[in-house]
Amino acid sequence: MKRFDDLAAGLACPLPIDDDVVVQMAHGGGGRKMAQLIERVFLPAFRSDTLSQLGDGAVLTVGHERLAFTTDTFVVQPPFFPGGDIGSLAVHGTANDLAMCGAEPIGFSVGLVLEEGFPMTDLHRVVASIAAASAQVGAPVMTGDTKVVDRGKGDGIYVNTSGIGRVRDGVSVGPERAAPGDVILVSGPVGDHGIAVMAVRNGIALQTELRSDSAPVLPLVRALLDAVPETKTLRDPTRGGLATALCEIAVASRVGMRIEESAIPVRPEVRGACELLGFDPLYVACEGRFLAIVPPQSGERALAVLRELPEGTDARRIGEVTGTDPGRVLLRTRIGSHRRLERLSGEQLPRIC
Amino acid sequence: MRHLDEYRDPEAIGTLLRRIEAILTRPWTLMEVCGGQTHSILKFGLDELLPPGLRLIHGPGCPVCVTPLEQIDRALAIAAEAGVIFCSFGDMLRVPGSSGDLLLAKARGADVRIVYSPLDAVAIARSERSRRVVFFAVGFETTAPANAMAAYIAAREGLDNFSLLVAHVLVPPALEALLAAPGCEIQGLLAPGHVCVVTGYRDYEPIAARHRIPIVVTGFEPLDLLRGVYAAVAQLERGEARVENQYERAAAPDGNPAARRLLREVFAVCDRKWRGMGEIPASGYTLAPAYAAFDATKVFGLGHLEVEEPKDCLSGLVLQGRLRPIHCPHFGGRCTPEHPLGATMVSSEGACAAYFHYGRGAAEAAA
Repeated sequence: MKRFDDLAAGLACPLPIDDDVVVQMAHGGGGRKMAQLIERVFLPAFRSDTLSQLGDGAVLTVGHERLAFTTDTFVVQPPFFPGGDIGSLAVHGTANDLAMCGAEPIGFSVGLVLEEGFPMTDLHRVVASIAAASAQVGAPVMTGDTKVVDRGKGDGIYVNTSGIGRVRDGVSVGPERAAPGDVILVSGPVGDHGIAVMAVRNGIALQTELRSDSAPVLPLVRALLDAVPETKTLRDPTRGGLATALCEIAVASRVGMRIEESAIPVRPEVRGACELLGFDPLYVACEGRFLAIVPPQSGERALAVLRELPEGTDARRIGEVTGTDPGRVLLRTRIGSHRRLERLSGEQLPRIC
Repeated sequence: MRHLDEYRDPEAIGTLLRRIEAILTRPWTLMEVCGGQTHSILKFGLDELLPPGLRLIHGPGCPVCVTPLEQIDRALAIAAEAGVIFCSFGDMLRVPGSSGDLLLAKARGADVRIVYSPLDAVAIARSERSRRVVFFAVGFETTAPANAMAAYIAAREGLDNFSLLVAHVLVPPALEALLAAPGCEIQGLLAPGHVCVVTGYRDYEPIAARHRIPIVVTGFEPLDLLRGVYAAVAQLERGEARVENQYERAAAPDGNPAARRLLREVFAVCDRKWRGMGEIPASGYTLAPAYAAFDATKVFGLGHLEVEEPKDCLSGLVLQGRLRPIHCPHFGGRCTPEHPLGATMVSSEGACAAYFHYGRGAAEAAA
C-alpha cells in the first residue's frame, strides 16, 4: 500500500474545465451559472439600463403612464402535471412577473412552438387552459405566433408569453429597495410546484397528492398594495427557489438578511419528497408564491392583509433585512445554529417551467 | 414529520449538547467518516454548537469524490460511443475527468441519463434492446446491493445489452489506511450508519482494537450525530476503545443478511485506487467471474486505461481530513461548483461542496 506521506504532494484532481464552450442545462437553471450567462453574455451585448436592473420585468414610462413589460418561455416536462399545465403556467408566470413589478396586466402575447405529431387534443387542452388563465387575471391574449418543428426536433410543445401591465400609481417596488429593518414575508408554502412536476416525471416513482401551486398572485398583491402601498420589494421565487430569490434581493439592495428557518412554511409532503430526493425545499421552485419586503412599521398590517385572503392563509413573516454583512443571507436553523444561504448552484430540477 | 422531527428536536439537541459539555475534560478530535454526515453537520451548523475543544474532521466517505480520474475517463469514453445510453446518479455528471465531465459530454450529444435507481437503467436496457446501456455503479457498501441487484436481474433476464462500470469502494480498508498513516490526528470515529445497515459492524471491531480508538456507528440527523459524538467522547474520557452502535434503529451487528448474500454472489473484492489516497488493497468491489459479461470495462475494452492525476487540486488532503476545505488556497476562487478543480467541490457528499453551499467561506478562513 502506498503511504499517505508519499502521496501528499501528488494528491490530485484535474485542471479546471472550460465548460462554457457549449450551453449546458445549468445555464437555464436559475442559479449561479445562469446569472453568469446574463452578466457575461447578455448584459454586455444588449447594454440596456432597463435590462441591467434585472427585475422580474422592465418598467418603462410611456407618456405619463408607467408600463411593465415582461417575457417568459415555458418548456416544462411533462406539459400536464397535477395542479396545472404548460398553458396555465405560461399565463401565471408572466402575470406574476408583472405583479412583481407592482403592475396590473393589460394583455398577453402567446408564442407556440409545436412539434410535428403533437396530439391536437392536447393542444386544445393547452389553449383552453391559456384562455381560462388569462380570463382569471382579467387580461386577454392580444397577439400570438405559431411555429411547427419536425418530429424529434422539439419536445411536444413550448410556450412563450409576454405581457404588458400598468404599474399602479403610488407604487414603486424593486429588488434594490430593501433597507435595514424591513420585514420579509412569504405568501405561502414553498416548493410545491417543483416537487409536483418532479413527482409525475418519468423515472421517479414518487406517489403524492401534491399539486403545483401554479396560480396568479395578483389578488394577493392587489390587496397588499391597496393596504401597504409603501411595499418595497416583490419577488416570486421561481427557479432557484426562496433562497436564491433572497440572495438576489440582498445583493441588489446591498443589505444583509436574517431568516428564521422555523418560520418558512413548507408542506410535509414537500419536505418528505425533498428528504428522499436529496433536495433542499428552500431551492425548489414555486409558481404561485411571492416574497414581499415592507417597512418595519407595515409588517403586521401586510401580514394581516395577506392572511385574510384564502390564497394567503399560510403567509408568514420569515425574517428581516439587516445592515450587517451586505449581500449575505443568514439562516437561523431550527436548532439555533446559523448558516448562510447561497444562491442555487448548478441545477436542482431541470425543466419545471 | 414522523421519523424526522424527533431527530431534529431543538430541546433534545440542547440537552445532549449540555451532556457532552459536562463530560468533556480536554480536547478531542473525531472524524465523521461519511460525506452525508459532513453535509448534515454543516447544514445544521452542529460544529458551531459543539463545545470548544471538540473538533470534527471530515472523512473520505464520499464515493463520488474518491472515484479516480481514470474511472471518470472510462465513463466519458463509453458515453461517447455510438449507440450507448450512459446512466448515472446525478452526482457523477459534474465530476471533472481529464477532458470534460459527463454533463459536457451530454451537452455535446452523448446520451447521458440521470437515474435514481440502477433498476431504472435495467428498465431502459429492457426497452431499448438495440442500444448498449451502461450504468455507472459508484458507491460504498450502501449502494452496492441495489447495483448488485441490477446485475443479477440483467443476468437472469439475459439482457446482454446491459453492463456496469463498477467503481465500488469499501469503508473498513480505507479507515485502516487512514489510521495507519503517520501523523494521524483521529482519536475517535463516527462510522457511517448507512454502510453499517448493509454490512453490520463486526468488521470494525479489529480496527478499533488495533488502533485503540472508539468507533461509533452513527446516523445522519442532528440528534444521531450528537449521540455519536457523545458516545465517542464518553469512551475517550473513560479510556475505552470499542465499537458501539448509536444507530440501532437501522443498523444491526450483522447488517442485512439478504443484501450481503447478494453482494457475495455478484461482486468480488479487489484492490482499488482511491482519488487522493492511491491504491488500497482489498478496498473495492468488481464483478465476480460469473458476472464478467456485464463488466463495462471488459465490454468496451478499457481495462488498461491509466491517467496521471494533475496536482492542482488538494482534495486528497481534504478526503483524509488533513485540510479543511476553506484552508485550501483555491476554495471559492479558482475552485467553485461551476468550475470545480475536483470532485469534492461538486458531489452532494463532498466536503468542499458542503462548505461552499452552506456559506462557510471568507469569514471562517480569516478567523
